[in-house]
Amino acid sequence: MHQLNDWEPKRLLESLDPEIAGRLAAREAELAEGAQVTSRVRAGLLMASVPVALAALSSDVFAQGGLPGIVVDVLNFALTLEHLEAEFYVTGVGTSGLLPEDVRATFDQIRKHEVAHVAFLQGVLGGRAVARPTFDFTGGEGSGKGPFADVFSNPATFSAVAQAFEDTGVRAYKGQAANLMGEKKILRAALQIHSVEARHAAQVRRLRQQKSWIVRESRGDLPAATQGTYNGEDNRFHFILARPSGAAGMTDAFDETLTRSQVLDIVKPFIAGGR
Amino acid sequence: MREATQDMDSGVGSPWGTAGRREFLRLAAAGMAAVALPAALSGCHVLGAAGRQKLDFGDDFGVLNYAYALESIEAEFYQRVVASPPPDLRPGEIDILSDIRDHEVQHRRFLKRALQVLRVHIPALNFSSIDFSTRQGVLTQAKAFEDLGVAAYNGAGERLKLAEFLTIAGKIVSVEARHAAVIRDMLNPMSRDFAGDDVVDAQGLDRAMSPGEVLEQAQRYFKTPFHINGL
Repeated sequence: MHQLNDWEPKRLLESLDPEIAGRLAAREAELAEGAQVTSRVRAGLLMASVPVALAALSSDVFAQGGLPGIVVDVLNFALTLEHLEAEFYVTGVGTSGLLPEDVRATFDQIRKHEVAHVAFLQGVLGGRAVARPTFDFTGGEGSGKGPFADVFSNPATFSAVAQAFEDTGVRAYKGQAANLMGEKKILRAALQIHSVEARHAAQVRRLRQQKSWIVRESRGDLPAATQGTYNGEDNRFHFILARPSGAAGMTDAFDETLTRSQVLDIVKPFIAGGR
Repeated sequence: MREATQDMDSGVGSPWGTAGRREFLRLAAAGMAAVALPAALSGCHVLGAAGRQKLDFGDDFGVLNYAYALESIEAEFYQRVVASPPPDLRPGEIDILSDIRDHEVQHRRFLKRALQVLRVHIPALNFSSIDFSTRQGVLTQAKAFEDLGVAAYNGAGERLKLAEFLTIAGKIVSVEARHAAVIRDMLNPMSRDFAGDDVVDAQGLDRAMSPGEVLEQAQRYFKTPFHINGL
């Protein structure tokens, strides 16, 4: 099992883009001018801990007053997926010799976003955030002997798993949007994460010489174990409107949803002990 | 497949089958369409008295009409690009742009069908400011359209009252984000730009813009200015 060693604030801070520190510094200037933030943000900034400060900031903006249970459930579901992605990229980018130089910028940018998503969701959820599961990125449910056994030694396997995670993430967020309609700020943030995941998916697919959009329900050159991520992508019925067959790019023009249980089935092999 | 894809709206028949009509009545009963329909049928929904196009964000159909206007820009833009590509495109790039054109035509067509019952106005476009003659000009404009489209959908989702419409908007916006990423990578390959810090903030969030902000930027691509209500 790959253990994540990068979660100490200091190392995480070093791994984040310097611009974030700049933005937080600017935010600190706002604080001096009386902006409405809590002492936890201030404490985070004083500790020079970007994740702590970011989490506290998001908490200030979003979590004033209690969130409905269904929203908490959706956000914890999202947080679990973001934990999966963040640990995956932190480990991959941090494994020397794994990634060729020309793809490092891509995966490091994705890592930065996934780590930020974890901090953001933790901030929104506060004390109700779920713990980070123990992951098995070989897809072996904790055995370390799954179908992607060389995920952190073979860049082709790493990018294949990345594609499956990103395409799954896009569908997972999309499937939950309607459950967030009562909380407009949270819905907006979820949509903002959703489109970032889609950008990631497109770029990883492009690196892999695949089209950046999902063609019908094809997994392309990915192994059969990933088919669940693509099932149903050839859907032609949207609400009350069906699209007739035959038109170019028809199903590719629409990404489809996955339910929570479909997503949990897909990621189950990557979580030690199932889910 | 270089020739422009037609909309193929004719010969398709009504988008509202029996189930559709039943569903529409459900919407009407829910109060939403009941507000939208009379105004639309009297012709006020899309064209104001002074010839200005009206966009009323007071109901879901107004939001969809807004999405339709933006998709119209994108579809028409890529149709022109693919019909007459800049000579300095690189190998394989026309295939990407053709795919994107197909997607945008599908988005426009889908939204038009969804709005058909409201007799939606097709906005006249003005592309005089766009440089179609060079790869750099086309891709730079494509990047602007795709990023704007992503920000527009991200900012409009919270205005939708019907869950089904929100889900459909989600199905479209992630494809727009895929387009944005590819176009950005074509302009600056293997960089961080596919999800660059100019569009994704320190919290890992893409841009979200209000309809007012979006239309301020998009206005120049329409012949007739929009008059916005209900924001």
